[in-house]
Amino acid sequence: MSRAFGSATNPLAGIDAVVAEQLLGEALASGGEYADLYFEFRCGADFVLEEAQVRSVGRVLVVGLGVRVLRGDATGYAYTEELSSARMREAARTAGQIAAAGRSVAPVALTPLSGSDAYPVPESSLARPGSDKLALLRRADAAARALDARIVRVEASLSEEWREVLVFTSDGRQAQDKQPMLRLGVHAVAEEGGRRQGGRSGTALRRGLELFTLPGHAPEQHGREAARIALAMLHAQEAPAGPMEVVLGPGESGILLHEAVGHGLEADFNRKRTSNYTDQIGKSVASQLCTVVDDATIGHARGSINVDDEGNPGQRNLLIENGILRGYLQDRISARHFHSEATGNGRRESFRCQPLPRMTNTMLLGGQDDPEDIIRSVKTGVYAKHFSGGQVNISNGDFVFSLTESYLIEDGKLTAPLRGVNLIGNGPEVLRQVTMVGHDFKLSEGTWTCGKDGQSVPVGVGTPTVKIARITVGGTRTP
Amino acid sequence: MSRLPDARRCQEWAEEMLSYARAAGAQAAEVLVRDASELEVKVRLGEPELIKEAGSRALGLRVLRDHRVAVTYTSDFAPASMRPFARESVELCELAEPDPLADLPELHEMAREVLDLYLWDETAPSLDAARALHLARQGEQAALQLDHRVTNSEGAVMGRVMGATAFASSAGFSGGYRGTSLSLVVAPVCDDADGKKRNGHYWTASRFISGLLDPEAVGLEAARRTLAKLGSRKVATCQVPAVFAPEAARTLLGQLAAVVSGGAVWRKSSYLAAREGTVVASPLVTVVDHPLLPRAPGSRPFDGEGLAARPNVVVSQGVLRTFLCDVYSARKLGRRSTGSAGRGLGGGPQVSTSNFVLLAGKTEAAELERVSQGLYVTDLMGFGFNPVTGDWSQGANGFWIDNGSRVHPVSEITISINFDDLWKSIDGVGDDLDTRSSVQSPTLRVSRITVAGR
Repeated sequence: MSRAFGSATNPLAGIDAVVAEQLLGEALASGGEYADLYFEFRCGADFVLEEAQVRSVGRVLVVGLGVRVLRGDATGYAYTEELSSARMREAARTAGQIAAAGRSVAPVALTPLSGSDAYPVPESSLARPGSDKLALLRRADAAARALDARIVRVEASLSEEWREVLVFTSDGRQAQDKQPMLRLGVHAVAEEGGRRQGGRSGTALRRGLELFTLPGHAPEQHGREAARIALAMLHAQEAPAGPMEVVLGPGESGILLHEAVGHGLEADFNRKRTSNYTDQIGKSVASQLCTVVDDATIGHARGSINVDDEGNPGQRNLLIENGILRGYLQDRISARHFHSEATGNGRRESFRCQPLPRMTNTMLLGGQDDPEDIIRSVKTGVYAKHFSGGQVNISNGDFVFSLTESYLIEDGKLTAPLRGVNLIGNGPEVLRQVTMVGHDFKLSEGTWTCGKDGQSVPVGVGTPTVKIARITVGGTRTP
Repeated sequence: MSRLPDARRCQEWAEEMLSYARAAGAQAAEVLVRDASELEVKVRLGEPELIKEAGSRALGLRVLRDHRVAVTYTSDFAPASMRPFARESVELCELAEPDPLADLPELHEMAREVLDLYLWDETAPSLDAARALHLARQGEQAALQLDHRVTNSEGAVMGRVMGATAFASSAGFSGGYRGTSLSLVVAPVCDDADGKKRNGHYWTASRFISGLLDPEAVGLEAARRTLAKLGSRKVATCQVPAVFAPEAARTLLGQLAAVVSGGAVWRKSSYLAAREGTVVASPLVTVVDHPLLPRAPGSRPFDGEGLAARPNVVVSQGVLRTFLCDVYSARKLGRRSTGSAGRGLGGGPQVSTSNFVLLAGKTEAAELERVSQGLYVTDLMGFGFNPVTGDWSQGANGFWIDNGSRVHPVSEITISINFDDLWKSIDGVGDDLDTRSSVQSPTLRVSRITVAGR
C-alpha cells in the first residue's frame, strides 16, 4: 500500500539498507555478537454489526521498530514508535546495553531474501469501500436470523489487517513480507422456554475480499452455522465425568495437537530443559499412527508466513514421524544452541516483542481409517466437534481444552448434544492413546490465536478424525 | 532510555487531537493518550537472559457525528499525521449507522477533579537494569538453593512500568495522571520421579518498590510451592468440597466480573441478566468494585469516559445489588452509568472493573481445610466457562485433603459445577485477602463440586 490510513505516507518508505546498516552498527557498538532490526507497519479496520445495526467502525495504524542485540543466549531489546533518526539510534544503543563489554563485531553487508508468496492477494481488502464489508455482515446476520425464530440475537464482525515487515540482520539477511489477514465471525444466541445458548462460527485467512466468493466461504454459511450450534445446544444435556473413549472430529480438533505436543516442541523449552520432550529426539513420543508437521507454506492459511520475524523463510517442518520425535521448532537462539538449521519459526506479536519459537499451521496428517468406522467402534464415549480453546502446562504436558459442541456416542452412534465439556489429559500420554486415524484430514479455517509469554500470534490447526482410547472428560454427571 | 512519562504532555496531545476532530466535523469526540516506559529483565540460572527497555505511546480517538461512531488508534504522533488522522476518523462515521443511544456522557456526569490516589512511586525511576537484574538474581538463587530437588528454572523476571494516562472529552473533561507498577516473579522447576517436570512460581507486585516482598522471600515461596507438586497424581472421579486458594478464587471472581457487566447483560450474554436484586451467592459473599483505593493496582481517578470513579457494591451478602455499567450499557438498560467504563486504546469504552474485591471473612483460611475429604485448588486451567448458561468446567491443580490435611498433590483433573450453584454453595470465606492484583479474593470453600479424574 502506498499510503496508510491517517498518515501522510507509507511509514516505512524511508527505511532502506543504508539506514539499516548504520543502525546495526550502532546496536553492536557495545560488543554485541548479533543484532537485528524489525520494522513493522500495521494497518487494520474492524466492523461490528449488532442487533442488525452497524454499531461501530474502527481503524488502527501502528508503526514501529524493534531492535534486538544478542550476546550468547542473552537478549537486549528496545523499541520505538517514532522512526526519527534520533529515536531509532537511541533504541539501537539501548538494546546494545546487554553487551556491557567485549569486542564489537561489524555487521555484514545486507543481501535481500527472495522467495515465493504463499498468500498473494489481488487487492488488500482495506482498499475496498467499507460498504462492501458491511454488506457481507448483513448477509451473515440475515442468514442466521432466517434459520429459526428462536435465534434472538446475532453479532457479526469483520476485521482486516495489512502488515508489512522489514527485517535486517547483522549477519547480512534482509527480508520483507506483506501479510494480509481477513476475519469474519458470527455469534448467535438461541432462546427457548427460558433456556439460552450461544454458537459461534467464523473464518480467518490471509486473503482479500475474494475470500467470500470462494466455494464454502459465503458469509451466510457462517451465519447459519453459528445459529445451528446455538440451536443444537439448547437441548444439550449434562456431560459425563471420568475417563472414556473420545472421537475428535476433523479440523478444529487440531487444537488438541497444538496444546498437547506443539508447545512442548518449541525449542526454547527444550534448550532450557523445561519441556517434557527434552532429549526425546529420535525416541517414540506418540502412537505410530501419528505424524505431525508444522507448515508455514500452506496457501492463504492463517498461520502461514513467507518469512518469519527473524528474516528466515517459512517452511514445512516434520516434528513427529510415525510416532518418533524428529525435530523442534527453532528460533535463532535455540537453533544455535542445538547447532541446527533455522526452521522459520521465530515469530513475534509486534515490534514491541522479542521473537520466540512459535508454531505456524500445526497438523496431524491423515491416516487409513474411515471416519464412520471410527465412530462405529465406540460403545460409550464423546464426539468432539467444536472447541473454544485450550491451555497446556509445557513442563509436564498437562493440558485442558474446552468443547463448545460435542455429542454423546452410544453404541457407535452420535446421540445427545452435551453441554459444558472439558477434556483434560497429558500430551505424551494422550498421543500414545491414539488408536485410529481417519483419512479425512482437514485444516481448520477458524480464528486460532496462540498466546505465549504474553505474545499473541495467528496460527492454524488441523487433523483428520481421530480416536483416543482413553481421556478424562470433565462433565458434571458422575457415573 | 528511562524517559519519564509526562501526564501534562499527554493531556496536551489529547486536547490537540480533540480540537482537530472537532474541526474535522465531529460533533462529539474523546481522546485517550497513554505514554509508558517499560523495563523488563530476566535472569535464568544466574545469567541475564533479557534486558528490555522502551518508551511507548499511543492515542485512541472516538468520534461521533449524527450518533454515528468511529473508533481509531494510532501510534504515529508526527505533527503532519495528526490532522489527517482526525479527518479520516471523522469520515469513517459515515459507515456506521445512527444509534440514538451512542453519545458522550452529559456534562453533569463528568469528573470535576482528578484525585491523587498515590499511584506513583518517586523512587521507581531510579531502578535501573543492573539493579533489577540483581534483584531477580537474588530471587532465583533463593529458589535454587532451597532444596537439591529444585533442578532447573524458568527464570526470574523483574518488571517495571511507569505510565501516564490522559483523557480529553468534548463532553467537558480533560485530565491525566501517572502510575507506576513493579513486579518480580520466580519460576523454579523440579524433576519428578516419572520423568515429568513440575513447575511452579510465586510473585510479588506493587505500585511501590517498598511494597514488594524481598526477592529471597519470593524465591523461597516459589521453591516451596514447586516442591509441593512432586508426586502429583489424579484422583478418582467424585463429588467433594473444594477449597479455592486466593489465586484460584481470583479466577472465579474475574469470571463473575464478566457476568455482572452491563454489556453482557443487555447482550443477553449473562446468566445473571434478570437477577438484579436477587440472591446470586452465599450470604458470606460481598463484592465491591473500588477504584479509589489508595496505592492499589486497579485504582483510577476517572473512568474511561471521564466520569468520576466511585466504589460500587456489586454483591452484598449474596444479593446482586447492581450491574456495572458504562454510559452505553446504562442507556441500554435505562439507567445511569456506574462510572465503570474502561477504555483500551484500540477500542471504544466498555465496562471494566477497577479493584474488584471479594471482602475477607472472619474464618482463618486454614480452618476452611477442615473437611473429611476434599480438594484444595491452587490454580485453574482452560476456558470452560459459558457465561450465557453458567456451565462451568475447568482443569485444576492442587492437593487432596484427607481428614483436614493436604495429603498429596493433584493434577490432570477437571472440576465442574454450574457457576450459579458454585457461588451459592460457598460455605466459607477466609480472612486472607490477596491484594497483589486488581481482582482480589481470600480463600473460598464450595460445599460440593464434581471432580473428574481417574
